[in-house]
Amino acid sequence: MRSDLSPQAGRGGFEATASYSFNVPPSTKCLQPPTSWGVSTLDLFSVPPSETADLLPRRFRDWFASRGWSPRDHQLALLAKAREDRSALLIAPTGAGKTLAGFLPTLVELSGAGALPASASDQQRTSLLSTGRSVKRTGGLHTLYISPLKALAVDIARNLETPVAEMGLPIKIETRTGDTPVSRRQRQRRYPPDILLTTPEQLALLLASDDAPFLFASLKRIVLDELHALVTSKRGDLLSLGLARLWTIAPQMRAIGLSATVAEPEQLARFLVPQPGGESVSADVVIAGGAAPPVVEMLDTRERLPWSGHGARHALPEVYELIKRNKTTLVFVNTRSQAEMLFQDLWRINDDGLAIALHHGSLDVAQRRKVEEAMAAGKLRGVVCTSSLDLGVDWGDVDLVINIGAPKGSSRLMQRIGRANHRLDEASRAVLVPANRFEVLECAVAIEAIAENAQDTPPLRTGALDVLAQHVLGCACGEPFLPDELYAEVKTAAPYANLARTDFDDVVDFVATGGYALKTYERFARIKPNKQGRWRVANPKVRQSYRLNVGTIVEETMLKVRLVRSRAGGSGSTGAIARGGRMLGQIEEAFIEGLVVADTFVFGGEVVRYEALVEDQVYVSRANDKDAKVPSYMGGKFPLSTYLAERVRKLLDDVSAWNVLPDQVHDWLSLQRKFSRVPAARELLVETFPRGGSHYLVCYPFEGRLAHQTLGMLLTRRLERGRARPLGFVANEYALAVWGVGDLSFMIRHGKLDLNALFDPDMLGDDLEAWLAESALMKRTFRNCAIISGLIARRFTDEEKSRRQVLFSTDLIYDVLRKHQADHVLLRTARADAATGLLDLRRLGDMLSRIHGRITHKELDRVSPLAVPVLLEIGRESVYGEASDELLAEAAEELVREATT
Amino acid sequence: MRVSTITVADIDFVSDFSGALFWDEQRLLVVSDLHLEKGSSFAARGVLLPPYDTIATLSRLAAVIARHDPRMVIALGDSFHDRNAHERLSDTDRETLAALQVRRNWIWISGNHDPALPSDLGGVVATEVAIGPIKFRHEPTGASGEIAGHLHPKARVPTRGRSIERRCFASDRERAVMPAFGAYTGGLSIRDAAFAKIFGSSGFMAHVLGDNRVHAFAASRCY
Repeated sequence: MRSDLSPQAGRGGFEATASYSFNVPPSTKCLQPPTSWGVSTLDLFSVPPSETADLLPRRFRDWFASRGWSPRDHQLALLAKAREDRSALLIAPTGAGKTLAGFLPTLVELSGAGALPASASDQQRTSLLSTGRSVKRTGGLHTLYISPLKALAVDIARNLETPVAEMGLPIKIETRTGDTPVSRRQRQRRYPPDILLTTPEQLALLLASDDAPFLFASLKRIVLDELHALVTSKRGDLLSLGLARLWTIAPQMRAIGLSATVAEPEQLARFLVPQPGGESVSADVVIAGGAAPPVVEMLDTRERLPWSGHGARHALPEVYELIKRNKTTLVFVNTRSQAEMLFQDLWRINDDGLAIALHHGSLDVAQRRKVEEAMAAGKLRGVVCTSSLDLGVDWGDVDLVINIGAPKGSSRLMQRIGRANHRLDEASRAVLVPANRFEVLECAVAIEAIAENAQDTPPLRTGALDVLAQHVLGCACGEPFLPDELYAEVKTAAPYANLARTDFDDVVDFVATGGYALKTYERFARIKPNKQGRWRVANPKVRQSYRLNVGTIVEETMLKVRLVRSRAGGSGSTGAIARGGRMLGQIEEAFIEGLVVADTFVFGGEVVRYEALVEDQVYVSRANDKDAKVPSYMGGKFPLSTYLAERVRKLLDDVSAWNVLPDQVHDWLSLQRKFSRVPAARELLVETFPRGGSHYLVCYPFEGRLAHQTLGMLLTRRLERGRARPLGFVANEYALAVWGVGDLSFMIRHGKLDLNALFDPDMLGDDLEAWLAESALMKRTFRNCAIISGLIARRFTDEEKSRRQVLFSTDLIYDVLRKHQADHVLLRTARADAATGLLDLRRLGDMLSRIHGRITHKELDRVSPLAVPVLLEIGRESVYGEASDELLAEAAEELVREATT
Repeated sequence: MRVSTITVADIDFVSDFSGALFWDEQRLLVVSDLHLEKGSSFAARGVLLPPYDTIATLSRLAAVIARHDPRMVIALGDSFHDRNAHERLSDTDRETLAALQVRRNWIWISGNHDPALPSDLGGVVATEVAIGPIKFRHEPTGASGEIAGHLHPKARVPTRGRSIERRCFASDRERAVMPAFGAYTGGLSIRDAAFAKIFGSSGFMAHVLGDNRVHAFAASRCY
């Protein structure tokens, strides 16, 4: 039993011996380390042995030596930071032994070796142990480890046991996730382990209780894994607020952040230390060197490069060939539907019966785990996956990464490529497979960026107010808080360092009574101040609801997909469908809503037929169709990064650089130059031409599909006002095409349409306001904020469920709130999200200012080569307008036509 | 404005895009499922929905009344979200309601949410009303000549590129189910079995509420 080995029990016996001289193993042979540590012997040991001895107790040195390893520089550097009582950010590539580095200070401290004197309190590290009548002091929680993935926390815990057991360290390690049984959770509160591995959500839950100070007061260290991934989302906001709480409860706590390479390490390092207000402070940054640069190439296809699309079907045999030639290949694609399609296509030509698996976030968890296990056991030759595998447990022998489609961003691509390498000294190998001509440009500049190690991770977020609302409610579930104190505390969190007091007060008011100008809900307040002015939850139900709804990940509403036998000729109404059926996974409600019964789509690697929707279950049957009605490309979550976009624009502008491009693309651009114009780096090229009875306007902002869609919405509004009678638009990552009845070339020629006025940044004023009123994307954004802020619940107690009070539409709430209290804190939050989220307003705004006065117009008599790809998207993409009267009328007319012809 | 109509038992009703029906000859306006004070009803249970739903519903009601200037208004049940909802009406909302009732006959039909309405709301309370061949009641029974509410019909219409979901009237010329009028009232898909029960298997139309007009679709084409 480990539990009786308190940290004290181990002390004394294992003093660090300063005179120990460390011998570098003369090893150049390559030992296969446990994959998660990825510590290799090949890295030359450069810290002087005496210093190593100083930092690393003998027991540890012996252990390293017994494995034939030596500690890496950055591992020792983190030990040194710990000794100096500093927080630190470690930037290291995959395979650098990052996790061990993060835990070494903890292990050394807990080994009782005294190598790290640290703060005096450590020696009496105490916590309270209830013995019934009184309390007794024992060890207490020493280190908290936070991972974005539950599975990663569990894996790290398992891997940590190895060195702890081999060195005989008296350390108790436990995990706490959503799966941890209640009995163990309770025990963990009373008898905390030395090291607890958990997730940001679980940390929030632990903090939202009266005994949080008891549990955390002894905390010495917190290790934040995959920090680069955590900080880009609202989960990072939540985590930062948890950190701020911990700094208050345990001021002696120091943080270690573990991160992949980012654009601005200093910025990221701010996250790890309390911000004092006014100036900005950062934790120390430790950068691990030594990774061999990756070898990345673009697939030089023998086939004809498609003009549009994202499936890269043309390259299928070549991708298959690559899988065949390598031991294990990860094939990354950008969306679930692409993964489904590619997986199916690969199996269609899989004459050798290679073990190729599928992995994406919508698949059943059990199925995903099975794939991961098979992968770890080396049983798979290839895995087709989405960003579901961007992070997480390392897998050993992946020797090739294939990235299909647009790389989107250089940092993102580098992280994916890093998955191919678990030994630092070996170069990762990757092949980029562009799916169309524009993606060739994107791949070309991404390869350049990787060669320069140029990062394009986004800047640190500004903390969202809906997350703050959730945190305030959580605080009220614990010890009652004083607003002044909580405000000061929240501002120590880097994302909230500039939080205005008025915003904070609005949030508290929102949590209490909804924050409405019409004060009618005082008696329904969820949190209330007591006589001392300290706020606390008004009743236990509020606390219960908080516990059920903690977290910031708002999944799209998902429906369970079940496989049943087909009901040929079924009418679609719910009825005698065979219930039950094997669960295939989950699918977005929005996707199913776009289908009619008997439509086919690819799911779980097979073509299925939509049979019925009953409550939250989608019934499908196996279809014999070879081709399915595949979901339109949803664009993925990530638009092309501004950085890569800029490089693409520069590449286009520099004819001499075209030589790096495949001939087909070279020719394509040359034709464009001949027939129209290749856009210069800083200008916006606008082409107008007639085609098939309509008139087209195509522009090339290269700002990503989301920003282009918003631009399309706003441009069509303006063109409508300018009597150009637009009919629709379509956007891709690079371009936007608008078409209509009015002859745009004629209008421009005769001064009836001024392009500079059309693209004036002032469209982000009234036009935007008018559109936001009805935008489905804005409503979706609002819904997420309403859920995260706790206005509405996504999970209910059984009692509530039985009362069927669950149903109401956030769209309706949005409409009403917008009309009656447009400056409500939730609408402000949704607006802030829209700036960077689904509407990408900030980027659109930057682009409009960039091109202001720099519009080049080309009047053409036909479509230009550069415009072909975006025009090919017409029909595949949804088009113009949220204005539903026109669409409804058109749909009605179409049905009439159908019925009368 | 194009006038759309819905015929029930040979009588043509104007279908207003707000979700109301207007019987021109009788100068009778019918609205259903106002669910007033739904917001505060949720608030009492800890879900602090914006307290503006009553004001929003009443102002839409005022607008449709202004459009048709009816002599009689029937609120087809579930006018209030819960038994005590009428007590939570603000003074302003009470005044708005009273102003709408001036010079008009006003009939509150009681629904399952508001089975016992007090008399101080103005108008009269009834469980159902029959005028000519038409019977107005809250819960549909499928009887011929019936206009009811209760089910909150909505329809999703496939259009170019995407689908649009809106509230709708459901009708097969013999009977009709009205959409909910309340600002916070959601809907039940017309493909739900509840509608098959009322309309049988012969099919019915969904009169879908657009922004400025009503669009008719065969229910079998919606989902």
